[in-house]
Amino acid sequence: MFLSMNWIADFVDLTGLDRLDLIHRFSLSTAEVENEIFMKGSDLSGVVVAEIKSVEPHPDSKKLHLLKVDIGEENLVDVVCGAPNVRVGMKTAFAKVGAQIGDITITPRPLAGFMSNGMCCSEKEIGISDDHSGIMDITDDVPNGTDIKDVYEIDDIVFEVDNKSLTNRPDLWGHYGIAREFAALAGRPLKPLPTADLSAYNSLPKVDMKIEDPLCQRYSCLQVENISVSVSPVNMRIRLFYCGMRAINFLADLTNYLMLEMGQPMHAFDSRKVEKIRIKRFKEPFVFQTLDGVNRNIDENTLMICNDSTPVAIAGIMGGLDSEIVDDTTTLTLESATFDAVSIRKSTVRLGHRTDASMRYEKCLDPEMTVPAIARFVEILTSVDSGAKVVSSLTDEYAYHYDKVTLNFDKAFVDKYTGIEISSDTIVKTLLSLGFEVSLDGDSFTVGVPSWRATKDVTIKADIIEEITRIYGYDNFDIHTSRAPLYPVRPYEEKTVEDKIKDILVKRYSLHELHSYVWAYYDEYKALGIEVADNIKLVNATNPNIETIRRSIVPTQLVQVRSNVGFATDFGVFEIGRTVNGLKDDGLCDEHKKLCITLYSKTEGIETLYFRLRDMLCVIASDIKHRELSFKAVNPEYNYEHPRNLNEILCNGVSLGKMGIAFPSVAKKIDKKANIVFAEIDIAAFASLTAAPIVYDEPSKFPGIDIDLSFVSDIFAPIGDAIKNADCALIKNVQVIDTYSDETGKSITTRLTFSHPEKTLTRDEVMEIVNGIIEKLREIGVALKQ
Amino acid sequence: MKEKLEAIRKKAEAELDSLTSPEQIESFRVAVLGKKGELTSILKMMGKLSAEERPVMGQLANDVRSFIEEKITEKANEIKEKEMQREIDSMPLFDVSAPSDLSRGSYHPITLVQRECERIFKSMGFTVEDYSEVVTDYECFESLNIPKHHPARDMQDTYYLENGQLLKSQTSAAQNAIYKKYKDALINDGVPIKAIFPGRCFRNEATDACHENTFFQMEGVMVDKDISISNLIYFMKTMLSEVFRKDIKVRLRPGFFPFVEPGFELDISCLICGGEGCPSCKHSGWLELCPCGMIHPEVLKAGGIDPDKYTGFAFGLGLTRLAMMKYGIKDIRDLNSGSLKSLSQFTDDEN
Repeated sequence: MFLSMNWIADFVDLTGLDRLDLIHRFSLSTAEVENEIFMKGSDLSGVVVAEIKSVEPHPDSKKLHLLKVDIGEENLVDVVCGAPNVRVGMKTAFAKVGAQIGDITITPRPLAGFMSNGMCCSEKEIGISDDHSGIMDITDDVPNGTDIKDVYEIDDIVFEVDNKSLTNRPDLWGHYGIAREFAALAGRPLKPLPTADLSAYNSLPKVDMKIEDPLCQRYSCLQVENISVSVSPVNMRIRLFYCGMRAINFLADLTNYLMLEMGQPMHAFDSRKVEKIRIKRFKEPFVFQTLDGVNRNIDENTLMICNDSTPVAIAGIMGGLDSEIVDDTTTLTLESATFDAVSIRKSTVRLGHRTDASMRYEKCLDPEMTVPAIARFVEILTSVDSGAKVVSSLTDEYAYHYDKVTLNFDKAFVDKYTGIEISSDTIVKTLLSLGFEVSLDGDSFTVGVPSWRATKDVTIKADIIEEITRIYGYDNFDIHTSRAPLYPVRPYEEKTVEDKIKDILVKRYSLHELHSYVWAYYDEYKALGIEVADNIKLVNATNPNIETIRRSIVPTQLVQVRSNVGFATDFGVFEIGRTVNGLKDDGLCDEHKKLCITLYSKTEGIETLYFRLRDMLCVIASDIKHRELSFKAVNPEYNYEHPRNLNEILCNGVSLGKMGIAFPSVAKKIDKKANIVFAEIDIAAFASLTAAPIVYDEPSKFPGIDIDLSFVSDIFAPIGDAIKNADCALIKNVQVIDTYSDETGKSITTRLTFSHPEKTLTRDEVMEIVNGIIEKLREIGVALKQ
Repeated sequence: MKEKLEAIRKKAEAELDSLTSPEQIESFRVAVLGKKGELTSILKMMGKLSAEERPVMGQLANDVRSFIEEKITEKANEIKEKEMQREIDSMPLFDVSAPSDLSRGSYHPITLVQRECERIFKSMGFTVEDYSEVVTDYECFESLNIPKHHPARDMQDTYYLENGQLLKSQTSAAQNAIYKKYKDALINDGVPIKAIFPGRCFRNEATDACHENTFFQMEGVMVDKDISISNLIYFMKTMLSEVFRKDIKVRLRPGFFPFVEPGFELDISCLICGGEGCPSCKHSGWLELCPCGMIHPEVLKAGGIDPDKYTGFAFGLGLTRLAMMKYGIKDIRDLNSGSLKSLSQFTDDEN
């Protein structure tokens, strides 16, 4: 929204004040002002009112005329002009020799063979409208030679406030409300709004009007006739233009002017079309043509203004084409109303049509404003058009009253909330300047909230704190730390675990942490032949490619690996991210935080790569929880999982997730020559494991004995189990030192390291245990290699 | 005899010269000075000399012996040194100018920035919380004083799920749960609530270089008996000065967020120009950084905390924005791109 300082100055005396500084303070105390501030008229000088004394056609040009103009000096000035609307006796804006218009300096110059000593200007050229159809036609009676800036309010400072920063302030959608803020900031009084006395028309007949729906809070109207002025006064048009609105005709301009001044949208109907105003909704949907000529679908929730049962306007949004003011309109009905804000907002969204009016209604306008807006309208109307006549009495139905908001608090509350000392006197002064009623009894304040702030904006004590502090100025705050007592801060286990995992994977294994999206990417999965696992979906995804939430990060990571082929011959990536595993019994999403790792290698064999991944997982478990992992073969669940070497990862009996190899066809689509393995574990499950305590085992001072045993076995698990089951405290270390395959099968050489804390072990003592292990293994068919 | 001793001496001197290894030296020593060596056998003949000659010859023989021993030691040292030099020379010279192999792992830049913020807040006694990404309407809106049809819900286009839940559009969605988690300690034991909660947020909007539908924020709250606006400004200034590692000027402007009252937009002095005005701050000298404010009484109430007894402040920092500012990342989409060319560069955790 653009705001004019001249307009604001109508309501607060800014004499002697630095207006730019005030705008800056407004930005810090009320609402953000955009950086660019427009110094209107600053690039215009030397333009005066001039009268055309003679018009001669140019001998060689149909378009050009040779003029003699009176610029209030002794001699008439010769000028060549191309405007179509020149006529003798016309007054216009004239840029004298030496005048400045933007970057142009006016000099005498020959034009089509004749000297032109200046320039007649269009309104666009002097920056007061976008009208360039001809030169400015000045109808006001002004002496020739008067500087145009002394006649019209061309010099102005215009600034812009982002509408978003006004969403909670219905009172700031017009200059009068903004002026109230400036008055408070400047410490000067706000002038009352000049209005007509509507009681003078009480004897006139009322308009036939009735609110038939609670969505209309208040409806005020008045009939006026005999309006003869069609072009608005120049200053009014300049203000509208500076504030971003195009001048149309006096009546339309006046309703817009009122909206920009008071924030109250108004609408004028042709009285012939609205003899019985009814405000209601319709049960059946229908099509309605608005005054912009667009047909709009109206449903049963949209509030309409009707002539009896014929809709004539969409309440608070836009009028209808049929009831618009037309050339032969003699009597018009002026509407000034308030409607339920939520209803207007929803209708706006449904219709996909937002207007200057609806934007204001959405903010909860003050119903107290409807009548003063009409009074103000009549005031301006009759001052501009003396023939205009009010022909009805004010007709007003006030159906919904907001509660009067009164807040009680004491000085201690303000002190506590602000943390600084603001005197009671300052508090009272500030609130009064913003229009609040204040009474102070000792340290107790009773504050009445003005109607324009009471529709939703100021409802609680904390809101009053904002009023006091923003005017006080946050820059003026003395800042200090809190006096809160100190207590130990306990880390959150899951977070600690996450950090440790990231450090291990980055620092020890040189993996790369990536981020991704929480949904499945259909197109990318398809390219790899991965099916999207059925899961809960987004209902309003704008892109159908992303509507299903993922069950696992693995496919996401396979997609990412594919996009990074070529980055290096070998790399590994990981992410700690979220997945959803359908719904829980309570209907809420079963969300999980998971660690996912994928390794890609063109140089390592699949087995080496697989074991590297397994070792990473084991190191994570052993570093963070001092625990060992075990693995159990499982069947594939998803089509990107290789059925072989797919293992469930277990720790202390708790299932953490699984690790596996990319399914051959998926892997080939990523890279024909690379091996790809992945693992995914549940962070919450892992974090909930208690860490095994570290028990100090004092190293023996006596030499130990190593025994190497080669068993014929495909896998280590039975050997490991037999050693574990021997439960021998003397076994200090178990290591696989060799595996060997020949025609008789695979054999695994395991080295057992024995030591005793208090003596040197003899081979015989050790062999007793070793033989026990050999025997146990033989019982289950695992023989020593011969 | 005297001649023989002299001859031995000369011969020894000459032979020593030709020796090149420690082994040759040893065999030479045995050949000359050993039990059966030349000099020894001459000394054995000493007995045959006269009483006058004996001390003279004895003296001479000893001189010859010490001379040879000295020469042997000298030669041995010389050879040792030569060998050492040979070993030194055998070491090839390496080309240290060749490029280093820097293949290292990397953290996501968000992790780095998040950890830095966490470190700062932990040092000021804040707990670090985590929260789910799928939340309820109550958590994301109702409990934050954003009732249905409130215009504030327009401000963020939220991703809704089939079961009525949603992807959290703001980290504030965790506030209610955090209050409920810590309110007993606050009310019964007087332990202030000081918590930060970093997390992923989602907005249903089209992506471009400046917009992402998935990004990170970090929310912070502090609740106690007498938390004031003055405290809020102090904490924000202190914390941001730590984050940017220089003294930051902050300024507050009124800002409207339904879950705070008063609510503020916090600006910091431009990091590039320090407030003078430059293109990166659009010549204003200030950067809009984070919304903050005093927690709305209704929000405290929804969390089970009596707003007449306790006050607090809350703020929201855009971690994604911070990461972009810190590392000069111009396209927000790089962060979720999964591209190792971009993301493998963040190798170090400075904390």
